[in-house]
Amino acid sequence: MNNKNTGMITGIRLRRIICYIVLTIISFLCLFWFYVLFINATRSHSQLTTQGFSAVPGQSLLQNWIHLAEGTIPIVRGMLNSLFVASCSAILCTYFSAMTAYAIHAYDFKYKKFIFTFILMVMMIPTQVNALGFIKLLDKLHMDNSYWGLILPSIAAPITFFYIKQYMESSLPISLVEAARIDGSGEFQTFNFIVMPLLKPALAVQAIFAFVGNWNNYFTPALILHDSNKKTLPILIAQLRGADFLKFDMGQVYVMIAFSIFPVILVYLLLSKHIVGGIALGGVKG
Amino acid sequence: MKRRLISILVTSVMATSLISACGSAGSTTIGDEATPRSATIADDGKVLNIYCWNEEFKSRITDHYADYEEVDATHGKIGDVSVVWNITPSDDNAYQNNLDATLQKQSEAAADDKVDIFLVEADYALKYVDTDYTVPVADLGITAGDVADQYQYTKDVVTDSNGNLKGLSWQGTPGVLFYNREAAREVLGTDDPDEVQQYVKDWDTFNQTAEKMVDAGYHMTSSVMDSYRVYSNNVTSKWVENGKINIDDNIMRWVEDSKKLYDMGATGTHALWSADWSTGFYPEGKVFCYFGPAWLINFCMAADTEGSIGYQGGWGAATGPQGFFWGGTWICAANGTDNGSLIKDIMLTMTTDESVLKDIVVKDDDFANNKNVMNEMASSSDYSSKILGGQNPLGMYCAGVESIDLSNLSSYDSGCNLDFQTAITNYFEGNATLDEALDLFYQACVERYPELSY
Amino acid sequence: MNIDNRKAVRYNRWGYIFLIPFVVTYLIFNLIPLFTTFYNSLFENYMSGLTQIGPRFVGLANYVTLLSGGELLTYAANTVIIWIMGFIPQILISLLLGAWFSDPSLRLKGTRFFKTVIYLPNLIMASAFSMLFFTLFSDGGPVNGLLMDLQILSGPYKFLSHVWSTRSLIAGMNLLMWFGNTTILLMAGMLGIDPALFEAAQVDGAKPRQIFFHVTLPLLRPILVYTLITSLIGGVQMFDVPQVLTNGSGNPVRSSMTLIMYLNKHLYNKNYGLGGALSVILFFCTAILSMMVFKLSESKE
Repeated sequence: MNNKNTGMITGIRLRRIICYIVLTIISFLCLFWFYVLFINATRSHSQLTTQGFSAVPGQSLLQNWIHLAEGTIPIVRGMLNSLFVASCSAILCTYFSAMTAYAIHAYDFKYKKFIFTFILMVMMIPTQVNALGFIKLLDKLHMDNSYWGLILPSIAAPITFFYIKQYMESSLPISLVEAARIDGSGEFQTFNFIVMPLLKPALAVQAIFAFVGNWNNYFTPALILHDSNKKTLPILIAQLRGADFLKFDMGQVYVMIAFSIFPVILVYLLLSKHIVGGIALGGVKG
Repeated sequence: MKRRLISILVTSVMATSLISACGSAGSTTIGDEATPRSATIADDGKVLNIYCWNEEFKSRITDHYADYEEVDATHGKIGDVSVVWNITPSDDNAYQNNLDATLQKQSEAAADDKVDIFLVEADYALKYVDTDYTVPVADLGITAGDVADQYQYTKDVVTDSNGNLKGLSWQGTPGVLFYNREAAREVLGTDDPDEVQQYVKDWDTFNQTAEKMVDAGYHMTSSVMDSYRVYSNNVTSKWVENGKINIDDNIMRWVEDSKKLYDMGATGTHALWSADWSTGFYPEGKVFCYFGPAWLINFCMAADTEGSIGYQGGWGAATGPQGFFWGGTWICAANGTDNGSLIKDIMLTMTTDESVLKDIVVKDDDFANNKNVMNEMASSSDYSSKILGGQNPLGMYCAGVESIDLSNLSSYDSGCNLDFQTAITNYFEGNATLDEALDLFYQACVERYPELSY
Repeated sequence: MNIDNRKAVRYNRWGYIFLIPFVVTYLIFNLIPLFTTFYNSLFENYMSGLTQIGPRFVGLANYVTLLSGGELLTYAANTVIIWIMGFIPQILISLLLGAWFSDPSLRLKGTRFFKTVIYLPNLIMASAFSMLFFTLFSDGGPVNGLLMDLQILSGPYKFLSHVWSTRSLIAGMNLLMWFGNTTILLMAGMLGIDPALFEAAQVDGAKPRQIFFHVTLPLLRPILVYTLITSLIGGVQMFDVPQVLTNGSGNPVRSSMTLIMYLNKHLYNKNYGLGGALSVILFFCTAILSMMVFKLSESKE
């Protein structure tokens, strides 16, 4: 009996050790690339071309950054553009998705079932398939080469809607809405000042996802933005893949990738508690 | 001072027109919108928008156009006019696509957003020159006499089907072979241009030399793409004949020769401009030679980076197996521009002013587009290139420029060249048979130009 | 009672009002474009240089061109192959990690740290990530440098010149970007299982492996299917990573050309007819997939 018990304990200990080893290897594989990116961003072009891999940083980070900032790729501008588009989209997306979810959740009307089904059906259709009509439409509305075409469509975001709707089901009792009505609160007021604060955790997670999604978006902006001062980061990054004149300085290339990746990592590390906790929050329920 | 006066005049004209509250502010319209060839040039612009695909022209203007003051990397000032550089890398025709979209909206665009100058390459010059989006330089007030000393081929590239000259260039781009002097000394026992030329004088000798290079641990060229232009400029037919895609015999010869070189390890398949391609600019890259015109030296060879071959003056120039030309940048004025006289001045200063052109040759190792200047400098002992170890390559360029033949240019060249290189790489690397690779090329070409067949 | 009812009806009108922004936006930016895309697919319409060709009505000719070539099938196959190469290891690793993270008897420390780390790649800009891998795996890049320093390779391995190494790189990036997300979803599902079930199994003398295969897995089925379908739909949309990695060429031999890359090629070259037809075909493919998801979520309720 005693023997068997210790056997089980050492068995668990062994399994635990294996777990840690595997987890460490996986974490290493997740982080290794970013480490190399960081190291290479600090090395000069001639070090990069003639010495290959290195595990220790060089001293050229500032130099590379100055070259990049003084160059013709409007990288800082691109980041500001991305920030602007992603923030506006995230705000519109979460606010109006909550509004749509609230309409379906709190009210009972004739076409409710139909609309809900419809949104679920279109949830999985990729935006790419109507890109062609979308470009033509923007052309007609004179929104080509402007941010409107990137920001406004975020109002209709089926996936965000679905998540918030699920969240409402678990944490927004209808009785609360009714109580507000009795207190004489208008419907709009109830939504803005009673419902929205209750949704905070879900809204925060969705705002972050919407932000990241738009921040990373490449397909649509690449088709509609032509002016180099209006381009967002992903387009500039993709240009880098083909830009002839920049490749003569790999240091710049690495710094530019680092510049577009590390701010996101930093924000993520600050908010990771909410993000990691929130992924499964309203997502799927078994 | 003179420009200041003009701008005051222009401002007052604008003010008057504003007072008279007329919608179309004081622009002088030459020609009529309704007539087939209509050029609209005004002179009251506050913003000069320049569209280009890299920094070459910008650095030429910054260094050699006296009135230009740099504000930041993409903005500058010439007198009261602010200059905006709109740079889109040319990869996968991105530059052309962007320019096309902008030009098509040119008539609706606000005056400050209109394209004023755009640059074109020989590969697709015809596409723009043969449309009304470009303005004949004559309409800007540039006469045939002004450009009499320029090389004829540089004018042919940008002459439309009605015989109008529609752009100007400051450079000529006859190509030569640049060799790594150290490799030449080590393997061939000499780095003298004339003697090295004996080892690369025709393709058969060139390929034999490649074997020697491989044995000594060198690559003959960095990539198969290096010699592409040398073959593709010596073709006898166009990429597109009567709406059908046509592969010239000389291009197929390039494929054959390159496959042999690749298989014996004498070269790689890196895309031009890639980091891997450019390792040969450093001694560690172990590359014997690159083909290129004068701009390759200044633009690519990293001559100001310590440790590069160019920094040590370790390159030499030889004529190579065949004459060719590559690239070249032409300045075109866009129809609808509102900076007519400024563009005229830029064009004349940058492409005809002999002292500016001399300066470009001396400082930038370029080959200038002026027969007198070039012939004079070629025979003078005052000029020598530091990067080329004190050699004066101008005579070689001058000889090459005479043989440039443009009769087989077409407006499809840029796309076809690109797609062909991309597709045929699969054959070199052994991922496809020759026929499969050619099929890939046809397919890519038709995707790009749906009107073509094969 | 009656008054209450009328009031409720009046309130319920607000349901429509709150729906207006969504419906209007969806109508303008999604439905109308969808119809114009359909409409355009029936025309020959492209740019030849700076000249517009068409629009000229050609009926279903664009569809015939696309479907008769056989390339479309190749690109569909590429998409599926690369997706599977990423998905299978992804689901295996996620199941393993999810089981570990949710196993109370293991009492792993630092799970917050590990979860944070494995989710990290999901937030990285796909184009930047791909550009990063391109530079890291280029012939003269650090990965080849490292492998040569370690004497594993004698010369550089041309990762992007071989069919399977290119596909593996794309699949690997997809794997890295998504396994963290899947792990956390599966873990949530596992934590949602009634602990009494595990205890009962343990009492019956089941080993951890048996518990995993006979209790956990069957109960996880719905969430696994959900992961499968969402991942498949994400797979159909695969674009940024292969586009940037292969510079839009899908080489070698177009073996990494995905469906959306092919669509992008036509849109980019302003061939609205063929692009439209391809969009319509893709629309029907994804519509069928989303019907499946929908049926699935229906049957769950």
